[in-house]
Amino acid sequence: MNWKLGGEAGFGVLSAGEVFARSLTRSGLNVFVSDEHPSLVRGGHNTIQVRFSEEEIRCHEREIDLLIALDEKTAQLHVGELKSEGGIIYDSSQFQLSHDILKRVDVNLYDVSMAEIIKELKAPIIVRNTVSLGSSIAYFGIEMKNLESVIKDSFEDEKISNLNIEAARRGYEYFKENFNVISSSIMKRGDDTPRMLLTGNDAICLGAIKAGCKFLAAYPMTPASSILHYLAANAEKNNMVTIQSEDEISAIGNAVGAAFAGVRAMTATSGGGFALMGEFISLTAMTETPLVIVEVQRPGPSTGLATRHGQGDLDFVLSAGQGEFPRIVLAPGDVDECFYFSFDAFNLAERFQVPVIVLSDKYLSTSHKSTSFFKTDLKIDRGYLLAEDELEKIEDFKRYEYTETGVSPRSLPGQRNGIHNAPGNEHDEYGNSMEDAYKTTQIVDKRFRKLSHILSSFQKPNIFGSKKADVSILSWGSTKGAILEAMNMLDKDNIKSNFLQVTHLSPFPADFVSEFIQKSQNVVSVEGNKTGQLANLVAKETGHMIEMRVSKYDGRPFTPKEVYRDIKALLGGQ
Amino acid sequence: MVELSDLQTAGAPSWCPGCGNYSIWQAIKMAIVELNIKTKDIVIVSGVGCSGKYPYWIKTYGFHSIHGRTLPVATGIRLANQDLKVMAIGGDGDGYSEGTNHLLHAARRNIDIAYLVCNNQIYGLTTGQVSPTSLRGTKTKTSPSGSIEWSINPISIALAAGTSFVARGFAGDVRHLTDLIIKAITHEGFGFLDILQPCVTFNKVNTYKFFRERIYKLQDENHDPGDVIKAYEKSLEWGKRIPIGIFYDEKKPTYESQIRQLTKSPLSKQNISDIDISSSMKKFV
Repeated sequence: MNWKLGGEAGFGVLSAGEVFARSLTRSGLNVFVSDEHPSLVRGGHNTIQVRFSEEEIRCHEREIDLLIALDEKTAQLHVGELKSEGGIIYDSSQFQLSHDILKRVDVNLYDVSMAEIIKELKAPIIVRNTVSLGSSIAYFGIEMKNLESVIKDSFEDEKISNLNIEAARRGYEYFKENFNVISSSIMKRGDDTPRMLLTGNDAICLGAIKAGCKFLAAYPMTPASSILHYLAANAEKNNMVTIQSEDEISAIGNAVGAAFAGVRAMTATSGGGFALMGEFISLTAMTETPLVIVEVQRPGPSTGLATRHGQGDLDFVLSAGQGEFPRIVLAPGDVDECFYFSFDAFNLAERFQVPVIVLSDKYLSTSHKSTSFFKTDLKIDRGYLLAEDELEKIEDFKRYEYTETGVSPRSLPGQRNGIHNAPGNEHDEYGNSMEDAYKTTQIVDKRFRKLSHILSSFQKPNIFGSKKADVSILSWGSTKGAILEAMNMLDKDNIKSNFLQVTHLSPFPADFVSEFIQKSQNVVSVEGNKTGQLANLVAKETGHMIEMRVSKYDGRPFTPKEVYRDIKALLGGQ
Repeated sequence: MVELSDLQTAGAPSWCPGCGNYSIWQAIKMAIVELNIKTKDIVIVSGVGCSGKYPYWIKTYGFHSIHGRTLPVATGIRLANQDLKVMAIGGDGDGYSEGTNHLLHAARRNIDIAYLVCNNQIYGLTTGQVSPTSLRGTKTKTSPSGSIEWSINPISIALAAGTSFVARGFAGDVRHLTDLIIKAITHEGFGFLDILQPCVTFNKVNTYKFFRERIYKLQDENHDPGDVIKAYEKSLEWGKRIPIGIFYDEKKPTYESQIRQLTKSPLSKQNISDIDISSSMKKFV
């Protein structure tokens, strides 16, 4: 089922949608929440969409069952998305709707006197949202108790929560009394184990907390800001320090300093902020300081579409920073991977003493998904970080010692036997600045020796679907959800498919990807960018040129139907 | 006890003979010795330029960062481990051109860092270009007809940004400079020290002689460092007479002292082996 709420920006559309989604999650359903909004604080048009099912769902879908139109614009803009026999909840005291006005006869109009109910309750206009949630619950035939419990948990002030609970009840009763409930087919999921409803950014925060990240420096930038918001709000609880730096250059500089001094540290930004961080990323590599950088993509170039979705920064993060150096780039594809990759990023950063970039995107960062509690029996690995007594045993401490793995012993300020200077200049094993030709080659080689060790530490990329397939899909990041659902659609057409999700993009698992492509018949790449950046990377790393490419660069994430349609079109007459 | 020899590195400085950096280098080391700061407990952060070399030639923990970015790194180090003394050192190009923004924000945060700027009013390492503190009319490779820009006033800027300790030293008076560095380090909060530093190779105007004829010590003339208006007045004095010493000294809470998470222990010393996130996850149910 697919539900959409729309209204003017600033009228609590997003938070109302979240309350609805959370109540469905508590009812044991699988939920995916996506939002689209323009880059405006007030006066624009906001929508939030909640898709839910007894089955696993992984992304949004365009066609909706029930539309809540808080204003006329919502009805006009989104009537085309309604399924045949879908419904619109509206209030005729605010604006008139008819089949003629909507130019559709196959939709049901539910006139709910939301304004009247608000008036009776002496409630502010924003409570109208809650009335509509009650009516929605009635429409879908779901139990009310979970909506009430979520409302109760959402407001600290008991008066306000009671008022909202009453508003939801009125909305529920009004709908029951006046209309036949259409859909009562929604059942509860089998088990009652509590599950979470959270965004990719939330999951990245939880991963960082679990990993012992104690320092976040960031400068606000959509869609990364909610990482700073969450961690700042919970800083005391987690014994963490967050700082809103004066710019992104300072943000990464703060994090580099903290990491050098021994704290697991991170910064988070979007493409524009990341562009300012390039020189520091290069310094991080030179000084071999472990650092985690979260880059949440939005469409560029420049300010681009500030609140929309895109996957156009892959090339950029793979090459940002002057000079050549090893880096790690991880691309989670759903909220679970956001958690585990965020956790892993801190281990990888310390094990290999390199910058680690977690490359997310707007769709992942703001879409809520229901999921089980994360596994927490995860091990912290601080790599070659020496304790005081280990350092004392070393006669001649060399911070940049040439080792087999390329990873050198690390000491922290405050430790007696580990004194060194972290050098921005090329240097010898002690960190002393030097320009010797032979030694330069040696230290560059030392840093690059890490690459093969990093690669062998990576988990294998995910392969979904059948071994023998008519079509093999290659992709990365949040397109995962739409692809997995599109595969089911292809299956119904008797087209067998499989899907390689490249989760670790640098160093690139060339052998694995190459083998996959060799075994495949028709390889299609699916990406949220114009130029096919993963496909180009595959060509560079493996020599295999992927000719069939699905690209989307309109600022919106893929739906399963779009992926299905485009793949079918590429396969053509085959 | 820490001795000067403890600060000796394998390599020796490569500044030009007669460079003002040698006496600043001496003064920093004397300050560390006189304060008896263990070499393991201080981090010197530098940027890029002639002043960027300091951490290579003073044997303490060091971080040689990038041009203009000493203060962001120093801030991170200080917040990670407030048991450390943190000194940032840069030049006038580094601190007043590329990284001026960071100076304002470190100042208004009042983070406990000593910030030394080796102000030679010229770009040295890049072989003689105009600097933000070069006087109007200064002829350099990039201002061949004489600079048409007015120079900035670091002392006034530091005061305007809310710096709690503002001082100016002179590389030609090592004893006085050492005392100022000691005060900048021991000051609880952001300790800003602009250092007049002759560049014998590229700045033929602001020489040792130029400064010796003009400088006087504020404290010799009973300047009250508690009076911010007087400090502003003195900051504008540059001509026949140039004041050095402490312009302003105020006690106010540091950034880090206001963070409750830091009262128990430094972030870097927290145990992170098995962090329980179950209550955080429950919030998302």
